[in-house]
Amino acid sequence: MLPKEYRTITDLAGPLLVVKKTKKVRYDELVEIELSTGETRRGRVLEISSDQALVQVFEGTDGIDIDNTKIRFLGKVLMLPVARDMLGRIFNGRGEPMDGGAPVISEKRVDINGMPMNPYSRDFPSEFIQTGISTIDGMNPMVRGQKLPIFSGSGLPHNRMAAQVARQASVISGHEDFAVVFAAMGITFEEASFFMEDFRRTGAIQRTVMFVNLADDPAIERITTPRLALTAAEYLAFEHDMHVVVILTDLTNYCEALREISAARKEVPGRRGYPGYLYTDLATMYERAGRLKGKKGSITQIPILTMPEDDKTHPIPDLTGYITEGQIILSRALHRKGIYPPVDVMPSLSRLKDKGIGKGKTREDHADLMNQLFAAYARGKEAKELAVILGEGALTEDDKAFAGFADKFEDTYVRQGEYENRTVEETLEMGWNLLTMIPVRELKRVRDAYIEKYLKPRLEQEEEQTEPELVASS
Amino acid sequence: MATENMIKGYIERISGPLVVAKGMLGASMYDVVRVGDLELVGEIIELREDSASIQTYEETSGLMPGEPVVSTGAPLSVELGPGLIEQFYDGIQRPLQLIEDAAQSHFISRGISVPAIDRKKKWTFNPKVKKGDKVIGGDVLGTVQETVLVEHKIMVPYGFKGEVKEVKSGDFTVEDVVAVISDGDRKHEVTMLTRWPVRKSRPVARRLPPVTPLTTGQRVVDTFFPIAMGGTACVPGPFGSGKTVIQHQLAKWAQAEIVVYVGCGERGNEMTDVLIEFPELEDPKSGEPLMKRTVLIANTSNMPVAAREASIYTAITMAEYYRDMGYSVALMADSTSRWAEALREMSGRLEEMPGEEGYPAYLGTRLASFYERAGRAVCLGSDGREGSVSAIGAVSPPGGDLSEPVSQNTLRVTKVFWGLDAQLAYQRHFPAINWLLSYSLYTQKLDEYWDSQFDDEWTNLRVGAMTLLEEEDKLNEIVRLVGIDALSKGERMVMETAKSLREDFLHQNAFHEIDTYASMTKQFKMLKTIMRFHELGMDALKREASMNEIFGLPVRDKIARMRYLEEKDIENIDLLEEEIKEQIDNLMQVGVDTDVA
Repeated sequence: MLPKEYRTITDLAGPLLVVKKTKKVRYDELVEIELSTGETRRGRVLEISSDQALVQVFEGTDGIDIDNTKIRFLGKVLMLPVARDMLGRIFNGRGEPMDGGAPVISEKRVDINGMPMNPYSRDFPSEFIQTGISTIDGMNPMVRGQKLPIFSGSGLPHNRMAAQVARQASVISGHEDFAVVFAAMGITFEEASFFMEDFRRTGAIQRTVMFVNLADDPAIERITTPRLALTAAEYLAFEHDMHVVVILTDLTNYCEALREISAARKEVPGRRGYPGYLYTDLATMYERAGRLKGKKGSITQIPILTMPEDDKTHPIPDLTGYITEGQIILSRALHRKGIYPPVDVMPSLSRLKDKGIGKGKTREDHADLMNQLFAAYARGKEAKELAVILGEGALTEDDKAFAGFADKFEDTYVRQGEYENRTVEETLEMGWNLLTMIPVRELKRVRDAYIEKYLKPRLEQEEEQTEPELVASS
Repeated sequence: MATENMIKGYIERISGPLVVAKGMLGASMYDVVRVGDLELVGEIIELREDSASIQTYEETSGLMPGEPVVSTGAPLSVELGPGLIEQFYDGIQRPLQLIEDAAQSHFISRGISVPAIDRKKKWTFNPKVKKGDKVIGGDVLGTVQETVLVEHKIMVPYGFKGEVKEVKSGDFTVEDVVAVISDGDRKHEVTMLTRWPVRKSRPVARRLPPVTPLTTGQRVVDTFFPIAMGGTACVPGPFGSGKTVIQHQLAKWAQAEIVVYVGCGERGNEMTDVLIEFPELEDPKSGEPLMKRTVLIANTSNMPVAAREASIYTAITMAEYYRDMGYSVALMADSTSRWAEALREMSGRLEEMPGEEGYPAYLGTRLASFYERAGRAVCLGSDGREGSVSAIGAVSPPGGDLSEPVSQNTLRVTKVFWGLDAQLAYQRHFPAINWLLSYSLYTQKLDEYWDSQFDDEWTNLRVGAMTLLEEEDKLNEIVRLVGIDALSKGERMVMETAKSLREDFLHQNAFHEIDTYASMTKQFKMLKTIMRFHELGMDALKREASMNEIFGLPVRDKIARMRYLEEKDIENIDLLEEEIKEQIDNLMQVGVDTDVA
């Protein structure tokens, strides 16, 4: 049966239109809009009452007129055809191929909104992912099934870093089925092509699915883009046992689009004009990361967001931080010093770190070493601040040691090459090398046994050669 | 329930979780309804003539105007009876494990209806009354061993009194009649299963002020900002400051007999963590798995928002039920901000006039009436048993800014405030409870209690330590301006002890197998030792001892390691005092006054 056609549009405002005299329309149903030019667009029902429906048009309402536009309700929600063959392909924000290739022959069609994972059925993420970046592996270790966003700012190299993670993320236990799902929301062509080029050059494209909504594509599609990506990720992870890393960039654009719709609907705004349900809405995406009992695959999310004015208390990073399992924060100060990746380890945090490290996973001393490096770096930064006010001379010997440590830490441990893939052992070794700069009695966070085992040999070696050797490799 | 005059209307409008139904004349506020052909669970939150606004507890996509809406004629209720402990529920008390079985999927699908309490399982009912006994509401008819740790009491339902006509003994399901009570005119058959509307607090005979401590094994909490049994506390803090870890720690180590933990709009993985960890952890008192006294409720952030609103009521009703049996119950809600946001979302959809930051004007009242359900009380029944519900709510203020409405309204009603500090969290000082910001209104009462336990030394030690920490804050400002050399020797000693208090006492590693929990005796001994070192150190300084040598005494290493002493070895802490004295004596090479005040 062909769906009934309506020509009863009464209002058009922003991305929304109102259709009157509707019958048997379902909430959240998919809508097809045929313009007088013959062009068709798609939308979704946002609200219905007995005889009218409010429709959100994905591609925007420009060119739609009240008289001649036809509306058809399709009786189903937005579905994504999924298949293993999606790997290596590029799609637009509506899920259609945009790489010139043939449409994907679908194995199945899935509701893009997904369903909430039953917390009882989740399996706790505890498998360490080696990203090859010391500030992540050493200080904020990531595990499979975690959602760990990168909080960045305009002009910071978050894209390069995300690409590096996608390239290098592997797991200690060796090669397993691994895929990257990439969703671009409102980013520029340049940024998008950076990722495409990078994935192509390194061959990563073969195991990547890309969904791209560019800055000049309809803003409304930004709402569906990440959901398409996560639907594909769920399919690959839980039906094809793959370990999927999902990169979502840039969440700030997504939230702006959400605000646009909310404003068009004249909803009561929450903070800074964002809708009151922003938290819930973001959660329905972020919470799609995870592992399931009895399934081999996993979904790890790395959402990227640019903090407006580098302000961490802005609603977008703030609400994100409350949902995700930690955050990696990039620092403008480090970036200015020319340090890549400019990860500010102090406010960065991986909440699941304790589950993924230690004996049998990375190394027994990892947790202690990490805590000690944090404490020492904090103390060193404090000492440096003090030196700015009072001058170097006011520092105690200990403080001087810590200040030197902090500098060296940034210069060798934080700094690394864009194509430098450090193993976790290398990262840990580097940490111990750095700790030789600090008096042993100040190392309160590491167990004595580890000091004996890892630090003492270094100190002895150092006594032999007067010049301390700090970096194992560069 | 009443099938013949069941109220049946139809869907008029759908907007997200809000459904407006027509033809609902006769339905009451807060009645539970079944919405649409899928029979989704909902609750009436507004009535206008014959149209009812309904918040649905499940995703509404696919619903259509015209589909039926049927009222059940009863308000949202929870089922109470043996079988609650060790369960893992969603916000409207559906067991998540059964949902998984029913859905045959790892994902939660819609319209699933599963009983909250297992109907088939048989429990051994031991009667405590005999035929002919006179009983009133709240009297214990019999007991059921629910888990190793919990003896479940089957009580005469509220509002009943009369004579026991019949009482059984043996194995029964929760729906079997275990006793019959008659007040002359009517007979009432008592089953182990009862229901209670979640938005209504369960009655008590008399309420009592909280006077005894609820120890938590967390040093900064128990020593400086304690909570009393039946008290209320809030933990506000920006993300990453460790709210959830503190809530988990309290759920693990709080010396309550029952723990109800509700994850309200938070992360799914966190609940999984609890679910995996609790059965493995041992209760320090009984040695049994912690799960044997715990009820978990999870409505994670991606689960329907209206059920999130209901979840904390579901939780506190269960907590009250166990309180009525005479237990001390601790309720942890993480996070009440998400609950408030659910309230805001529904309020927005109802197009209510917003109060501050879009929250409804009744936010304060709702929060207050929630926390007011906590407390210590004499339970109903003739035996005069006492029970308590202590409520601890996490608050997630946007940007960590406490001036926002949820924090402010919460602070007005809770008595303990554990203020989490992002700065401390960055320094990896956990628990990141800021000792200068936080307060507890129970301190004075509980000081009396601990003084009676610890030879009247407690208050002095606690106040002394807090004074040092406050002084340190002032001195720090001076150091920041003019450098540490400007301080006198005495002031340096204050700084040094305060540092020791911070690093060796306040800092506690939740992930260290021993440090994670400290008994009150251990806390007392640790605090005493640190303060003794201060006293003796000050004394030595007055006698012209070298400051650096005092700071460098080998005993200080042992002080720093007190926290890692197992509970069975804590007597060793007492020896440190002698050691301190000895080492200082050696330092001076002259006799120090051994008179210990």
